[in-house]
Amino acid sequence: MATVELRFSALPEHVRTARLVAAAVARRAGVDEAVLDEVRLAVGEACSRAVGLHESHDIASPVRVLLIEDEKKFSIEVGDGVPGGTTAAGARGAGEAEGAAESDAEGEDEMGLAVISGLVDDVEVTAGEEGGMIRMSWPTTTAATIP
Amino acid sequence: MDLSLSTRTVGDRTVVEVGGEIDVYTAPKLREQLVELVNDGSYHLVVDMERVDFLDSTGLGVLVGGLKRVRAHEGSLRLVCNQERILKIFRITGLTKVFPIHTSVDEAVAATD
Repeated sequence: MATVELRFSALPEHVRTARLVAAAVARRAGVDEAVLDEVRLAVGEACSRAVGLHESHDIASPVRVLLIEDEKKFSIEVGDGVPGGTTAAGARGAGEAEGAAESDAEGEDEMGLAVISGLVDDVEVTAGEEGGMIRMSWPTTTAATIP
Repeated sequence: MDLSLSTRTVGDRTVVEVGGEIDVYTAPKLREQLVELVNDGSYHLVVDMERVDFLDSTGLGVLVGGLKRVRAHEGSLRLVCNQERILKIFRITGLTKVFPIHTSVDEAVAATD
């Protein structure tokens, strides 16, 4: 089970909440202070992307964020509810069909993934029947373990 | 923290001072501000990001959109930023090659291509 699980309505105003919660849990898990900005940015990008996908595919289900504290690493999983269509190519198809406004969103989606892959060494983007998932992890220091 | 925006004119440049967090929720406000300025004939913009606490790809998208708009009028969009955590986002996306980034508003206002 995730250390902390967060579900939020796919609305832009909730992405900040996800960033704050993720950073707080990461700090507690022992992620280096210098890396917390990267955690905050990466989870924000993943959540923004999920919110965009839910909006463009008219999906009412919430965005799911799992914050998992392991012995030596801290992992974040951000899941969307778009079946098999979370790749940039899938978003592009929707963008072309729905016009210029969607094309802008698609560009931001690709830039979001570019930022995540530039920031995080251990990242995996998958697409499944129940939706897409971005998994990211960071090493933790044992010094943060409370005796 | 929400987004704060204020504008002032210095010579032929319009300085947009941005503070707070630029993300998927607040970026549309910045986009509106930049579009409004260009529509009103301000084609040489300096975006002062010294008081920005957070910037994500949505914010980058808005800045790129602003650059496209001013370039359509042979204008310019310069950034002012000294914060390493913000500069890092421009670097990993390769946008340091796209935007002139200055260390002070004075330097940005004085700059010519």
